[in-house]
Amino acid sequence: MANITMVSPVNQPSNVVLFFRYLRRNKGLALGVIILVALFLFTVIGLMVVNPKHAYPLSAGLKQAPSLKYPFGTDFFGRDLLAAMVVGMWQTAFIGLLAGGIGTLVGVVLGFTSAYFGGWVDSTVRTICQILTPIPVLLIQVVVAGSLDKRDVTIFTMALIVAMLAWMGPTLVIRAQVMTMKERQFVAVAKLSGVSDMGIIFREILPNLLPFIAAAFVGQVFSAVFASFYLAVLGLGPLREPLLGNIIWAAQSQGAFFNGWWWWPLEPAFAMILILGALALVNMGLDELANPRVRRSE
Amino acid sequence: MNFKIVVKRLLFFVLVVWAASTIVFFIPRLSSRNAIRERFGELARTGGFSPGDIEKMIASMQQQFGLDKPMLEQYWQYLGNISRLDFGYSLSKYPSTATEVIAQALPWTIGLLLVTTVVSFVLGTLLGAVAAWPKAPGWLRSLATPFILLTGVPPVIMGILLLFFIGFRLKWLPLGGAYSAGIVPTWSWSFFLDLMQHQILPALALIFGSVGGWVLSMRGMGITIQGEDYVNFAEHKGLTGGRIFRDYYLRNALLPQVTGLALALGTVITSAVIVEGIFGLPGIGTALNLAIRANDFPVIYGIVIFITIAIAALMTILEFVYPLLDPRIRAN
Repeated sequence: MANITMVSPVNQPSNVVLFFRYLRRNKGLALGVIILVALFLFTVIGLMVVNPKHAYPLSAGLKQAPSLKYPFGTDFFGRDLLAAMVVGMWQTAFIGLLAGGIGTLVGVVLGFTSAYFGGWVDSTVRTICQILTPIPVLLIQVVVAGSLDKRDVTIFTMALIVAMLAWMGPTLVIRAQVMTMKERQFVAVAKLSGVSDMGIIFREILPNLLPFIAAAFVGQVFSAVFASFYLAVLGLGPLREPLLGNIIWAAQSQGAFFNGWWWWPLEPAFAMILILGALALVNMGLDELANPRVRRSE
Repeated sequence: MNFKIVVKRLLFFVLVVWAASTIVFFIPRLSSRNAIRERFGELARTGGFSPGDIEKMIASMQQQFGLDKPMLEQYWQYLGNISRLDFGYSLSKYPSTATEVIAQALPWTIGLLLVTTVVSFVLGTLLGAVAAWPKAPGWLRSLATPFILLTGVPPVIMGILLLFFIGFRLKWLPLGGAYSAGIVPTWSWSFFLDLMQHQILPALALIFGSVGGWVLSMRGMGITIQGEDYVNFAEHKGLTGGRIFRDYYLRNALLPQVTGLALALGTVITSAVIVEGIFGLPGIGTALNLAIRANDFPVIYGIVIFITIAIAALMTILEFVYPLLDPRIRAN
């Protein structure tokens, strides 16, 4: 009999190291994460350095071009646009995360129940999703936001309005994934060995779906930021708050370009490009992580 | 295509419009906001009517809009009105109806939408196909890259950037509006040129904002098709590159692209509406902007339902086009 010698333990890198290694391969995801971290630092450091009150009207001189005192300039109503960017980005992130979180949560619950239990539950959920999908979400949001009293429109209600119609996409995605996973052998084995429905859902299926849920979440944050931006550009946002869409709405209604105040609409536009671009990159990167088959297409 | 499918599609169309109308009917009634009272409140502030007169006017308006009847009766009447495309009177432009306001704005929006959607769809599909085509010259393939990079930029922001760089910095094109101030609309060549100049930037914003999406989906499909046996077979048969490109690549990708178009209609139309608002073109977008500012609810709801009807109708039409594009569907 051969002697069994102790082999030195395999050096298994930690998850964090593995994640960074993956980032090196998945350049788009890395770039997206870097931009998001930079924006996060911008708001956090900004909130500490800048007085958030300056993001509201009549706190600075009017209509001043970017200078040393006001690096981003000030607007027609006397907001310091640097402070407005800091607070606005923070609010945008809040709306995106809250609405994206609610939408994903509802989508996961509905998708699971509909796919796992099937039958009339499934056909009801599917029919509702199918009928609601062609209706442009933005227009329904316009109706909801327009029906609210202007004083009731806050950052928080904005997030709820956006979340209200944000669950159809995740529901269909999660439903499709659970449908395929339900037929896999490990689920059948678990069922035969007497694991309860809840046990199968939480211990067998859910962990395997985490990458998809993460991708769906980032997708929902993207669409929530997008939707709240469009609502605000239409003038349906909380008008006092320095949301990025609100700033563009205010700038356009004061004819900023006609009057030469170019920095006013341009800054929120660039901030929006960075946010949406980074989220899109992360979303595509996570899709690749969740579905390695996509990698072959390159 | 058999009769059953036609009925099913039409039923789906009716269901979508019904769902949208029902949402639009019930949401405002759940809120505490009273549009008519607010509107007259504004009048009272500016006009100097006595409070008693205002109350009487509100009561008569409520009656005229049928708001004093039971909810269910209102709902039936409302559904009947919608089937006749009657959205009631505009509150801010009173003698005209919401339908008239929409009809006035519609030609602008249709013109802009038609041109930009066709151009970006065709351009995006061709660029995407070329980008996936290994035999295409390098410079032609790289043409698609800038558009792919622009995918993340929504058309509205594209509009702001174009306004800044081309309108404001270079002063090549006007900064907004449908035609220059002080010009009287006439059927003349110079007016037409002026009109077109004002349309270029919004059109470019919409095109640049959406070409990337078509490029990406077409490129993905092109890459998949390349590996298919029938393409290899066609190559070994000695067919020319152009023939394979046209009859094997584009032909097979056409159906998924048109399906993509049907799915994207909602986004395409809402983007166009908001871009119009940013540029101040007198289309549906500006009508919506003005209605929101004036709390003109019949017009807001009218526009919402009208756009939903348009999208559902276009989707249904595209579904009927599939069998023309794909013989396999026709055979079934």
